[in-house]
Amino acid sequence: MSAAAAILLIVGRELRLSFRRPEQLLQPLVFFLIVTTLFPLGLNLQLSLLKDMAPGVLWTAALLSSLLSLESLFKSDAEDGTLEQLALSGQSVTVIVIAKTAAHWLLSGAALVLASPLVGIALGIPSAAFGTMLASLVLGTITLSWLGSIGAALTVGLKRGNVLLSLIVLPLAMPLLIFGAGATDRAISGTSPAGALYFLGSLCVFTCTLAPFAAAAALRITLE
Amino acid sequence: MWTWFYRLASPPYVYRTAGALTPWFLSAAAAAIGYGAVAGLVFAPPDYQQGDAFRIIYVHAPSAWLSMFAYTTLAVAGAIGLIWRIKMGYAVAAVSAPIGASFTLSALVTGSLWGRPMWGTYWAWDPRLTSELILLFLYVGVMSLRSAFEDPGRGDRAAALLAIVGVVNIPIIHYSVVWWNSLHQGATVAKIGIPAMPGSMLWPLLAMLLGFMCFYGAVLCMRLRGEVLNRERQAAWVREAMKS
Amino acid sequence: MGGYARFVWPCFALVSGVLAWNLWAAARYQAEARKRAVRALAMMGEDR
Repeated sequence: MSAAAAILLIVGRELRLSFRRPEQLLQPLVFFLIVTTLFPLGLNLQLSLLKDMAPGVLWTAALLSSLLSLESLFKSDAEDGTLEQLALSGQSVTVIVIAKTAAHWLLSGAALVLASPLVGIALGIPSAAFGTMLASLVLGTITLSWLGSIGAALTVGLKRGNVLLSLIVLPLAMPLLIFGAGATDRAISGTSPAGALYFLGSLCVFTCTLAPFAAAAALRITLE
Repeated sequence: MWTWFYRLASPPYVYRTAGALTPWFLSAAAAAIGYGAVAGLVFAPPDYQQGDAFRIIYVHAPSAWLSMFAYTTLAVAGAIGLIWRIKMGYAVAAVSAPIGASFTLSALVTGSLWGRPMWGTYWAWDPRLTSELILLFLYVGVMSLRSAFEDPGRGDRAAALLAIVGVVNIPIIHYSVVWWNSLHQGATVAKIGIPAMPGSMLWPLLAMLLGFMCFYGAVLCMRLRGEVLNRERQAAWVREAMKS
Repeated sequence: MGGYARFVWPCFALVSGVLAWNLWAAARYQAEARKRAVRALAMMGEDR
């Protein structure tokens, strides 16, 4: 079976499995919405002032809710032995990792991107900045799925692996947060977000190129 | 030509060599740091702009340098372990982590204390400070990951992989003052050519940098001996060594 | 120290502390490892 066909097959499987449990699907999304609500409630600001914090709030919430769904990236398959079967199937581990990470992004990152205009309105982000916000979130969530995939591969099978996962992924994700929020921030204040978006783009490309190999290597280490 | 490389893979060789090197590293460190600290505190003239506060550079810059050097060593040693399956690589990586983390903390705190009189703030989210803070988190992550595995071999390999992934942060720390206009001052010594500092200020700094490196070598060797013993407890050569 | 004493000396003190801790912790690590190796030796029935 060609790599592309295998990827499509695995992505399809992931999507089908997730749609059988729609509540599981909605959890990261709901978490995202709840966390973005917490900030304005806690800070008690007027909507006009809220928009200054909005990019940071949006991005922090996106990061945290991505982390939630990352834990299950490899875990359930590792637990019931499916992961080993996939590894033994003859497809390279890299292909499997690409497929699972792509599925993860489709199920969580894409959902966040789609929900973000709603959150943007709630946080007072001007609609002129929405384009940048969406672009930065797309690039950022893809990068995050890959960083998370490395972290999830390293911690699969560990007790309390989710705490360790956050500890590993969050420092790596900090530059992402800085530039993602920075791009949206610049768009809100009217200056050009191009520089930050280019940087995000290059981070994304860099991660997409190298992370599959790192995550596959990590899986080989933790699974053998 | 490669025999020296493969000899490094031998635990008894590492044990003996580390033991032999430690006193040399320690004396060199003591001499260099002794001179650097005294000359830096007493003999170097006060800076035109910063007055006597600039003297913090004599402990801040070597700490920061060491924090990056230790991490790079950790990552390279881990890579050697992963690529050539040389277990001593993992040993060097394991012992470098706490040393490097302590110097990262030192760099952050001394930098903060220097920032207060110079910039008016104990902290700023500028690229260099932020990436140095990320370095601290990376150290903690690597140490936690290694200890989280029941099988120490797996822990070694996972930690080595994580260290390699995180090594991308090192050039970011170093070049952040070049790439971005930020609060933190630019490179003082690292430019090829005539450094911006006069000799009376520069030599103590170079001495401190050298001294800290030798100190790292000494502490690394000390810890490495312990680490080798821990990993090779059952081996015959350990029995012989412990009898003495 | 030109008025900056309360920044300079704590820095030097802290770094001296870090250096001292490193030496102490490394020496202790080595000693503990040695102790454990000797104990393993004794448990294997060899005479010390």
